[in-house]
Amino acid sequence: MAGPLGTISELRAQLDGRKVSSRELTDAALARAEALEPALRAFVGLRPERARAEAAEADARVARGERRSALEGIPVAIKDNMVQAGEPTTCASRILAGFVSPYDATVLTKLRRAGAVIIGRTNLDEFAMGSSTENSAYGPSRNPWDLARTPGGSSGGSAAAVAAGVVPLALGSDTGGSIRQPAACTGIAGMKPTYGRVSRYGLVAFASSLDQIGTFTRSAADSATALEVLCGHDPHDSTSLPEPVPQYSQRLSGEISGLVIGLPREYLVEEGVDPAVLQCVREAVAELERCGAKTREVSLPHTKYAIATYYLIATAEASSNLARYDGVRYGHRAANAKDLGDMYRRTRSEGFGAEVKRRILLGTYVLSAGYYDAYYRKAQQVRTLLRHDFDQAFAGCDVIATPTAPEVAFRLGEKASDPLRMYLSDVYTVSANLAGIPGLSIPCGFAHGLPVGLQLLGKPLDEVTLLRTADSYQRRTDWHTRRPPEPA
Amino acid sequence: MSVDAHSSYEVVIGLEVHTQLRTESKLFCGCRVRYGDDPNHHACPVCLALPGALPVLNARAVEFGVRTALAMNCTVHPRSVFARKNYFYPDLPKGYQISQYEEPLATKGWIEIDGEEPGGRSFAKRIGITRIHMEEDAGKSIHDAAANGRNGSQVDLNRAGVPLLEIVSEPDLRSPAEAGAYLRTLRQLLRYVDVSDGDMEKGHFRCDANVSLRKKGAQELGIRNEIKNLNSFRFVEDAIRTEIERQARVLDDGGRIIQATRLYDSATGKTRVMRTKENADDYRYFPDPDLVPLALEAAVVERARLTLPELPERRRIRFESEHGLSAYDARLLSVSRSLADFFEAVVAARVPAKTAANWILRDVLQALKEREQEIEETKLTPEALAALLRLLEEGRITAKSARELLPELVEHGGDPAELVSVRGLEAVSDSAQIERAADEVIAAHPENAQRFRAGEEKILNFLMGQVMKKTGGKASPAVVRDILARKLKA
Repeated sequence: MAGPLGTISELRAQLDGRKVSSRELTDAALARAEALEPALRAFVGLRPERARAEAAEADARVARGERRSALEGIPVAIKDNMVQAGEPTTCASRILAGFVSPYDATVLTKLRRAGAVIIGRTNLDEFAMGSSTENSAYGPSRNPWDLARTPGGSSGGSAAAVAAGVVPLALGSDTGGSIRQPAACTGIAGMKPTYGRVSRYGLVAFASSLDQIGTFTRSAADSATALEVLCGHDPHDSTSLPEPVPQYSQRLSGEISGLVIGLPREYLVEEGVDPAVLQCVREAVAELERCGAKTREVSLPHTKYAIATYYLIATAEASSNLARYDGVRYGHRAANAKDLGDMYRRTRSEGFGAEVKRRILLGTYVLSAGYYDAYYRKAQQVRTLLRHDFDQAFAGCDVIATPTAPEVAFRLGEKASDPLRMYLSDVYTVSANLAGIPGLSIPCGFAHGLPVGLQLLGKPLDEVTLLRTADSYQRRTDWHTRRPPEPA
Repeated sequence: MSVDAHSSYEVVIGLEVHTQLRTESKLFCGCRVRYGDDPNHHACPVCLALPGALPVLNARAVEFGVRTALAMNCTVHPRSVFARKNYFYPDLPKGYQISQYEEPLATKGWIEIDGEEPGGRSFAKRIGITRIHMEEDAGKSIHDAAANGRNGSQVDLNRAGVPLLEIVSEPDLRSPAEAGAYLRTLRQLLRYVDVSDGDMEKGHFRCDANVSLRKKGAQELGIRNEIKNLNSFRFVEDAIRTEIERQARVLDDGGRIIQATRLYDSATGKTRVMRTKENADDYRYFPDPDLVPLALEAAVVERARLTLPELPERRRIRFESEHGLSAYDARLLSVSRSLADFFEAVVAARVPAKTAANWILRDVLQALKEREQEIEETKLTPEALAALLRLLEEGRITAKSARELLPELVEHGGDPAELVSVRGLEAVSDSAQIERAADEVIAAHPENAQRFRAGEEKILNFLMGQVMKKTGGKASPAVVRDILARKLKA
């Protein structure tokens, strides 16, 4: 079996130095993906022919000296909730059976223009609803560090693929932590940019006001490289931000002296968090202090309402976003329906999995007449308060450091029958989505032999400071270079 | 049984109008707004609600909405919010319609209406506009197996996403005739500000009516019924009349009105219950997170206000005061913006206003009616009509010749002076020729000449006709009359 691929910057140097071709990298990535698939189930589908053709084109451009970007010729995997022209998009749901998109998501257009090679589509919780990838119609992905455990979710396939060295970059989407939590579970970097920083056009919507596309990479420096390609305003997405995109990779000075790190009192309590996880995070903060950063305690007083607020808003939006899967135009349609109502009921009963149904029902309920004010409107008010919490906290600090998840990757099946416990996996991550701020998880040690994630939260559009902080940390530590054992 | 027979009730009507905006493209995507093309020809990922597709607001539609709101004296809100109206139907691809709900584009306006009841009583009043909001149309379901040539229902999404304005009136209307006048005035305004063709037959102007009765003098509103599916002006008035009579019968019999939505069947002239309040849909409106709130700066609204044309009411009044027209003529000429513009352009080309008005209202409108065209669709320019009327004023052509030339100008255009000379239609001004003709006519009709001399003045018209015939209709009638009278009296 081909060994693990290096980071983007390592592969870039090899490609530019003609030590390897994109075609060879792509073959290696495809071979490794296939070899690991029985163990990891990271992928929903590979596209070997097209990937090889794209790689050949990239090689030709490099040979002509027409390199398009730092991602030219780099193999990339895409969470299977971003549409690609001419390819299926499943969202790991039976309801999209047979659906082939006629158009590219904006991020796919950007990756193609950058010369990246798309090797395949990765597994996820159905419609990105979940924290373990167990809600996939294709079965759960597995954590390369321990195949009995979850790689996290919902972008578990992308996290597993990068952690196992199949690809140096995979795209994920993060609605309540679906990039950061799996990154923490698998010991890699997971970046959720500011809401609106990356276009959502072509990202299959779960909760539109929270969804944000981001990256899985081995290093923070690689995240910076990828974000330069992915970010920017898109006229197809009214919620995308018009601000120009900084050259993130040029801003990684390794210098963070004077940086003020906020430590939220509400997040760093022993309650509900594995002490071993908390210990790793404290040590990481101490390391940042040794780099010259200062720390101070901040308060995010409405944190205790974040999970409830999140599950009201996310389910409300999901109930409406998923109404289009009705069997009329594409995807699954129940056979032998008696009438229209019967067709709808049977199509959706057969097509959606249990967690998706649970959220559609919850969301329908919270929007219904008589309950709207008590649930949806109230949740929006609390959301505003949560935003104010962050505004006030960031008045006194540059980044906020927290654990990414309260515990290390849990065993498959451990929480599958207890949705509320599963929802609490997101306790540290959902606030960033509600506030629209950027968040980054990087590995900061091991607890019980499994990776632990440090979450850094930043001011809106201040991805640079997050990346610079994480990069400084990674220059002094080697957690991000640790690799899981090769599966037998 | 008529409403008037139930003089103990007061009729209360509010109307909801949906009008299609005449934008080039749809409200949330770049697809063209066009009818008659193959089904689903104008259907992109946004129209089809494909996974991942997102709406982007059409700025032109917003501009049209603002113009309409200003023409109806509404307050245009600096912030309005698009909301999702959730329900399942095959011609609603997303499973929700993007509309506006809690925060509409504009509120609190009014328009002036006037007209006449069937009994002859005239009315003139101000009708409040509750709100104006923007929304997208749904697609079209085709259930008729014969029409679609296949089993089951078919869906055409060419119409899905076409921009609509919903204009909701206050319950200020008191009769079917007032409802009709309101709709006509509303449509006239929409056409004046050039945002909609207001064509009811094409479904570009649709109306739902809320009707209730209450005891005269009562303050509280009665229980209302909403009537849907009213797709012509006549149906609106007929359906409201039918509903008033139905409610009056129920109340007379001591019954209670049940709040319901009813469908009007134009074939039977009856309404039937579609659904009652108890099983009303819950649309679960909430702000659409795919669209940011619509922000309209005051300066943008003020700019739109400056570009508004003079509206029909003011124009009618000005036509009376400035051009000395009768109220009747002023109203007819201000019915459409293009006709009013045409009239003013003719006057500006040195034609007396009354002459211009007479010719436009009689001959030009007649020609338009025959061709089923609007003035702007013809080749007739105001300059050409003015030139024609000046030739007439100057006695260089007769009214008969002018009338003969008008259809030609409407059909093909051209320069009236040139046409007159090519066709040899110059009025005969050679009095010797007319005198010769008059002598011949008097000689040929001695008895008639005698009758005129005996005081039967009407006979002069017959003799004039004979002279005109001899001169090929090109002699000026006034000149012929003078010459004939002089000769007969000699």
